This record gives sequence, C-alpha cells and structure tokens, in this order.
Amino acid sequence: MPLSKQEIDDLLRLVGLTERTEINCEQCLALVAEFAEQKLTGKSIHEGLVAVEQHLTVCSECREEYEALRRTLNDKSFAD
Amino acid sequence: MGRDNDRWVEDLKAGDESAIADLRDALRRNLRKALSPHPRADESFLEDAVQDSILRIIQRVNQFQGRSRFLTWATSIAIHVAMGELRRKRWQDVSLDDVISDATGSPNFAIDRQATPDAELERKSLRALMERVIEEELTEKQRTALRAELKGMPQAEIARHLGSNRNAMYKLTHDARKKLKAGLEAAGYTATDVATMVTR
Repeated sequence: MPLSKQEIDDLLRLVGLTERTEINCEQCLALVAEFAEQKLTGKSIHEGLVAVEQHLTVCSECREEYEALRRTLNDKSFAD
Repeated sequence: MGRDNDRWVEDLKAGDESAIADLRDALRRNLRKALSPHPRADESFLEDAVQDSILRIIQRVNQFQGRSRFLTWATSIAIHVAMGELRRKRWQDVSLDDVISDATGSPNFAIDRQATPDAELERKSLRALMERVIEEELTEKQRTALRAELKGMPQAEIARHLGSNRNAMYKLTHDARKKLKAGLEAAGYTATDVATMVTR
C-alpha cells in the first residue's frame, strides 16, 4: 500500500534531518541526563552532546522521554 | 538523602537498603511528575515501574560516568522503562499488518496546509520522487518498518513483529533514511530544500 501524502511529508522531514552518522536510542539514553542538565543551564551544549540533539529530532520515542525528563527537572520538587 | 554521586554508586553497589529505599522514594516522585500527562500511569503502574527501574539502575550502575547528577541519570532510565511499558501495553494487541494497511495518516508533525499553488506543485513533484525512491531503493523490510514508524508504532514493537531488536530496528530505518536522502540528493534536492518545502 502506498504512503499517504501526509506520511510522505513526515518522511521527507525526517530525511531532511538525517545525518550519515547518528547515535541509536541506547546511546542516546546513556547521554540524555547530561544533555538535559546542560540544556537547563541555558548554555550551549558541548560537542559530545550534539549527536543527542540530532537524535532527538529524528526519534519521537526518545524525544518523548527527554520531554518527560525535562518536566521533572523543571519541577521545583525534583527529588535530588 | 543528601548523597553525592559517588555515595549513591557506592551504596547501591553495596546493596545498602536505605539507599535503595531513598532511590525508590525519589523515583516515585519524579516518575509521577514525568508521566503526569499519561492517564494509564496510575499508582499501581508507577509502583511496578519504580521496582523494574531500580533493578535496571542497579544492573547499570557501573555505566554511570558522573557527567550528570546521579538522580537525573536514574530518572532518565526510569522514564525509559516506564514509557517502554506504557507503549508495550498500548500496542501489544495491534498487528503489524493492521498498522501498515491503515489508510489514515498519523499527525506526528505539523505541516502547513495553506501552501501557494507553486509550492504545492513543487511539493507534489517531490512526493512523486520520494515514492519512486522508496520503491526502487528500499527493501521490503525497510518499507514496512518505516511505514509502521510513521503510523506511530513503537520501534520495540516493530522489532518484535519482525524478529529483531530496537537497536537493529533503528539501524534499519536509519539506513533507509540515508538511502532516501541520497536519492533526493541525486535528483538535485538538498536537505535544506526538503526542509523548506515540507515546513512552509
């Protein structure tokens, strides 16, 4: 069955964001805590975390998990 | 509480019960906040997710490199465990065939539908090229995985149906996206062209 117009547009967007080398979800999980803390400071992320930022643009599941983590870090009652 | 990173690692490696109890309390609070938009994440679900997460965290504690606060790292793992379980429960009874034969689109990404006639013509031509590249360059497995992913099926579930795992599935769809990108580039489109066309 062919893809719908919307699915092709979604795929085009993903293809436009695709890099030759990308980290996978497991590698993203290992780095996402550091990435989230860095982003929270408002400073630019260091080079080692650029791949995390790129992965989050193409992986909706990791992006959903990152947004949930941000929700906890932004909360004043974050258990620490 | 009040442990620094080293202390957390030492105590959990030693199986310190008070550290495990503190971790349980912290994860319960953090997961409650993290999963607040998910109505299925009730207290019973959270309790099970916290328990599974603690086991996972203790197994992986040697992988913690101290580049974030320990509890941020532990919470990221707990969120991964809990959301994986929510996705699994939601999709466990859905067949891959049903997903890929579903003719309705999944609204994952916002696209401007008020394009000018010229832009719409250009987009139509790009879509036709994309369909051709999909047909000519991708394997059947890549087409199936990409289509299921576009429909919102979790990678772990696609992998289960295809007898694979999540990392292998990521590689399969990443390779597919690279082939599609190469096909578009061969036809003279850059990533910037594509991004402009699908977002305007």
